[in-house]
Amino acid sequence: MKNLISINDFSREEILRIMELAGEFERRPYQPLLEGRVVASLFFEPSTRTRLSFESAINRLGARVIGFSDTSSTSVTKGETFHDTIMTISNYCDMIVMRHSLEGAPRYAGEISRVPVVNAGDGANQHPSQTLLDLYSIQKTQGRLDGLNITMVGDMKYGRTVHSLLQAMSQFGARFTFIAPAELALPEEYRIYLRDRNIEFREKTALEGSLDDADIIYMTRVQRERFNDPIEYERVKNVYVLRDDMLASTKENMRILHPLPRVNEIDYKVDANPKAYYFPQTENGVWVRMAIISYLFGVK
Amino acid sequence: MAHDKRMEVRAIENGTVIDHIPSESLFKIINILKLDKETNRITIGNNLESKRMGSKAIIKINDRYCRPDEINRIALVAPMARVNIIKDYEVTEKLKVEVPETVEGFVKCVNPKCITNNEPVRTAFYVLGGEEISLKCRYCEKITFQSQLEIVPTGTRQ
Repeated sequence: MKNLISINDFSREEILRIMELAGEFERRPYQPLLEGRVVASLFFEPSTRTRLSFESAINRLGARVIGFSDTSSTSVTKGETFHDTIMTISNYCDMIVMRHSLEGAPRYAGEISRVPVVNAGDGANQHPSQTLLDLYSIQKTQGRLDGLNITMVGDMKYGRTVHSLLQAMSQFGARFTFIAPAELALPEEYRIYLRDRNIEFREKTALEGSLDDADIIYMTRVQRERFNDPIEYERVKNVYVLRDDMLASTKENMRILHPLPRVNEIDYKVDANPKAYYFPQTENGVWVRMAIISYLFGVK
Repeated sequence: MAHDKRMEVRAIENGTVIDHIPSESLFKIINILKLDKETNRITIGNNLESKRMGSKAIIKINDRYCRPDEINRIALVAPMARVNIIKDYEVTEKLKVEVPETVEGFVKCVNPKCITNNEPVRTAFYVLGGEEISLKCRYCEKITFQSQLEIVPTGTRQ
């Protein structure tokens, strides 16, 4: 029985297999491979994109969904432990997809559940299905995953998508540029991670002049709630607005990704630029989640 | 011997002697080895003079022979400690303190949002190498550095 809890649970070969399967599902989006199966979708914390694209993926595979999108109607409100909730629900279904605000909750669920567990996000820790859909978007727009220049912009400190994507792309010999204010710079543990693997990276604080060699620009939201000083936030927020004129000298094949939701870090005029890819990126989420589920069920 | 005022901690007949403990780690070791629940006679000395360490602590546990896996837990807070097994006043075995690969159940995860700090889940870590010992949580994947290391009190352990 295999779970998907952290992007590190998948080898390079497994990541490539997911990419291949996602491509198959994109070409044939309705494949009732899981008819009669039941998948529990347990969202202990709210979500729109992730929950709906997982449930869409489950339905397109012919399986049924049970679950909840918040805990107010469950026994969690009666003080039931997480352990007991998982032990009970794993008796009702063939797979659990879960999001939880507590970090490590899906790993623990995977240890006690009798059915496979897929992590749909645990606090600031991991969000592996997002990472796989980011990888699929990169492969689809670049034709490959190996040897690309990846520029990440915004919150390098708290952004879980940034950490998971850098771990995954490290398996494909990427070169990274991290653009962040000093307060939101990449944590030392990830610098160690990259140095240990001889991965080339540079860190910058200015957006201008750092974009021209990028194959992928991965924008993230600078989270207001992380700043102690609101004036500091205002200053930083304005530094990281990607405008259409900044894209003139970027590479022809370059595409802009964003895990969304966006606030103001990408100017709305950029949406019409063919280099903007953040909305097609969300569609890829369904194909990738179909690939993850069918792979873990062993039907693909 | 009874008049020798320099003899700060008496020799034991049978048991375990843990020497060269950094003074600041003494109470952590008491917790790790659950010595607060121990009913055998224990002699503890702290802030003793040490040429090598400046100040050290020593623990002598009568009639208990610590197992290597217990000893290895000490490595997290006292990697320089020396452990001798005593039988009939003689050192019969010198145990080497070795840093274990995994640590379960007695160290607290530094991350307040970790499942182990919010639900009755036993902690578990992978020990990472490097100059300073650091522990990577098996659940939340956050790193607890040696300087942040907190021992879970024995009464509340899972």
